[in-house]
This record gives sequence, C-alpha cells and structure tokens, in this order.
Amino acid sequence: MLTESFRQTHDARYSQKIGAGDYFMRTVKAGSTVRITDVDGNEAADTLFYSALDPAERYSANDTVREQGNVYLGTGSVLRSNRNNPMLEIIADTCGRHDTLGGACSSESNTVRYAHDRRCMHSCRDNWMNAIQENEHLGVTKRDIAHNINFFMNVPITPEGGLSFADGISGPGKYVEMKALMDVIVLISNCPQLNNPCSGFDPTPLEIAVWDN
Amino acid sequence: MSRLLYDYTLPGGHHWSFRMRRNTGLRLTDVEGGGNLALLVFNPEMLMERYNAPDTMKAQETFRLTQGHCLYSDMGRCMASIVEDDFGGHDSACGTLTRGACFERFGRWSFQEYMNEWCLSGEESFLTELAKYGLGERDLHANLNLFSRVETDDAGNMRYVDSHNRPGASVTLRFDMDALVIATTSPHPLNPATEYPKKPIQVEFLKTDPVTPDDECVNAHATSRRAMENTRLYYLDDPVRLTDAGGA
Repeated sequence: MLTESFRQTHDARYSQKIGAGDYFMRTVKAGSTVRITDVDGNEAADTLFYSALDPAERYSANDTVREQGNVYLGTGSVLRSNRNNPMLEIIADTCGRHDTLGGACSSESNTVRYAHDRRCMHSCRDNWMNAIQENEHLGVTKRDIAHNINFFMNVPITPEGGLSFADGISGPGKYVEMKALMDVIVLISNCPQLNNPCSGFDPTPLEIAVWDN
Repeated sequence: MSRLLYDYTLPGGHHWSFRMRRNTGLRLTDVEGGGNLALLVFNPEMLMERYNAPDTMKAQETFRLTQGHCLYSDMGRCMASIVEDDFGGHDSACGTLTRGACFERFGRWSFQEYMNEWCLSGEESFLTELAKYGLGERDLHANLNLFSRVETDDAGNMRYVDSHNRPGASVTLRFDMDALVIATTSPHPLNPATEYPKKPIQVEFLKTDPVTPDDECVNAHATSRRAMENTRLYYLDDPVRLTDAGGA
C-alpha cells in the first residue's frame, strides 16, 4: 500500500544526506518522525534501531515478522524489539515493500556470495563497525549487530520457498516515514555494495529528515 | 559414514547446551511428530562469531533450510551442514516463543506446581543456557527452528503448516567447525496448539567423516564451497581442492 506524507522537509528539525558507504547514527526522541529518502533510486538503506535508554533492547526482525504475520514491511508495520515492544511504526511509504530477511553485506559474506577476491570491498557491516567505534558513548557493541531492515530492497519469497533478489521496486525520491514510539538510536548504513543489483551497481546518496512530531 | 557416540532424548519444553567438535554430527529425531528444536550455534573460541540466519538464507537463496544447505556464521564460514533431512524445510525466520506469549497462551508453568514436568518458553530456555557461557539477551539472535515449517503467500503472509510433521522425522547436522550449541524443545512460536505441545526430540551424537570433494552440501551451492574454504582458512588445514569438485 502506497501512502504519502504531508510533511515538508523545510519544516524538519534537520535533514542530511548520507553518501554511499557512509553511516548515520543518532538518537531520535519518542514522538519524532524519521523519513529516509532514496534520492536517486535503487539504493538500499541497511537499518538497525536500538532503545536509547538500554541498547540491549534492539530492533528484532523475528519479533516484527512474527507479530504482524507477514515477512514484508510497509505502511502500518510496527517495528518491534527483541523484548517484543513497539519501537517505531511505518506511517508513510511511497515504495511499497521493504525487506527484513536478507540481512546486510559484510566483507566476510562478500567472500561467500561472490568471490574471495571481493574481501576488501566496503560493506554495510564494516560501516556499522566504524559507526559503533566512533559512537562508543551510545553503548552499541558488535553483540548488538543483528538482523536489519533493508529499506528500498525487494526480496520476494518464491512459492517454492526460495529467496529471490528482484530488481528494486524503489525509484528516485521514494521514501519511508516512521514515527518513533520510544527514544531510539537510528543506525543506517547506506549500502556500498558493488556486486549486486540492490544498489543498481551504482550506490547513490540517501537523505534522512527528522521532525519533532 | 557415522558412529554413534551418545544418545539422549530431550523432553518437551526443556533446554540443553553442549560442545560439538569438527567432524562430529547430530542426528535429531522428532520422536512423536509436531516437535520443535530451536538452536543457536556459536564458535566456542570466539563467542562473537555465531550462526547468522540472514547470511545463511540470503547466500543460498532460500527461506527454508533443508538437506544440502549449510549454516553460515556471520564471519562467512560454514559452521555446520544439513547432510540429511527427511522432514524437509525448516524455519529460521520466526524466532522463538517469548516468555509473554507462552504465559498468555499456555498459562504459568511453575516448578512448584509441576516439578520437572514444567515447560518453559524458548526465550527463558535460551537465556538460561546462554548465561552459562557469559552470554545473554544481546547474544540471542535469530535461531533455527528444526521440525517447523513456515510457508508464505504472494503477499508475504506467513503460516505454520503441519503437513510435514510426523513421528520419526529426522535431520542430521554435520559440524564443520567446533561449536557451542544451545538448544530448546520449546514449541515454534506460530504453532497454533491451544495446549503447550510438549514434544521430545532425540539427540544422537555421531562421529562423522571429514568433508570430501564430492560432498553434497559443498556442491549444492557455490557459496557453500567458498564458505567451506573460509572454514579451512580458519583452521589452517592443508588445501583440499574443493573448488575442482564441480557443482553450481
């Protein structure tokens, strides 16, 4: 279901670009609205959420898909924590479907998925490692790096139970907007993957905007 | 191909943890049918390395795991291989039964009232075992649910299907790395049973043969061949030309 937002970026508390291969890691207050925009289309936003109060509580793909009884995320999806608490709710979405099964690329998984000589290419998990090292005060550690959301990525399950990496259904300017239901740390890696179509083989910037309400 | 080392039947609603060595295996049997064995797998030398469900499903392009699939760690290594499976298609997306859901659906099972007949949620079971190794909630990542099949429709709606449940269904895991295994027989969270399904799982420990170039799991997916090569690098084994064995 496609749903648009009335919010204007010029009213936002702040908005910023996240270049390909960069990360965003900041705390957002309960009641705020967070919008992630796929500026040029076909980008993947590999995203994790933590409770700002206690980062041991984190976004859980398992709890989220189980409680909503559906493997895809879209408008109305409540993003739940590993303690099964609601963390955020998707309130607008012009893309239509987001993945939460496929996880994030890493240097190590690049060797498995593509070839051993792809080890030294940049990846989302290396990006997150930089983020948590440079923001140690937020209290997120490698133990807390779990199963993420891939906003703007389409990973349909086939009738036989296969996972297919379909070409992105996203496009330039498509966005997803969420209401924070608790104080959350937002951790996004703008996917630098150059080996598959999740970034259209050409990773481009994302934009994040945060409104106070 | 395998020699029995130990045999134990884990009662329903209980938990256990144990070490596996490379080239040992587990033959797991759903004794009565309709059981569930939820597993977490860690590298005991580096507990930060663990079974990673998304990497496993994504690289092998599958929503369900069955014979021929390998279990990958978050470090790109093959931890274990599913060498036999006559159940067909196990879940790794739904997590485990939470303490809250277990209480809501099945009521409170206190030890005081039930003694050793009590049944725990998967969450409590995992946390109890994880604590023994200095691990906890933060280490409770997506688990494997053996003997539970979940299907999806075109819109992505999930449902637990019991069509593959049968007494005696078995699956054999070969461990390609040393492993710390955390296990619970708590029911699958989507199992619609109205009473706590208290189903035992037989756990047979086996001595297995080392991987050969014609191994089904190595050859089923090119990704597994590379993950197995990463495992070889971890142990600094002599080179085996697994890459010459053909396959997809």
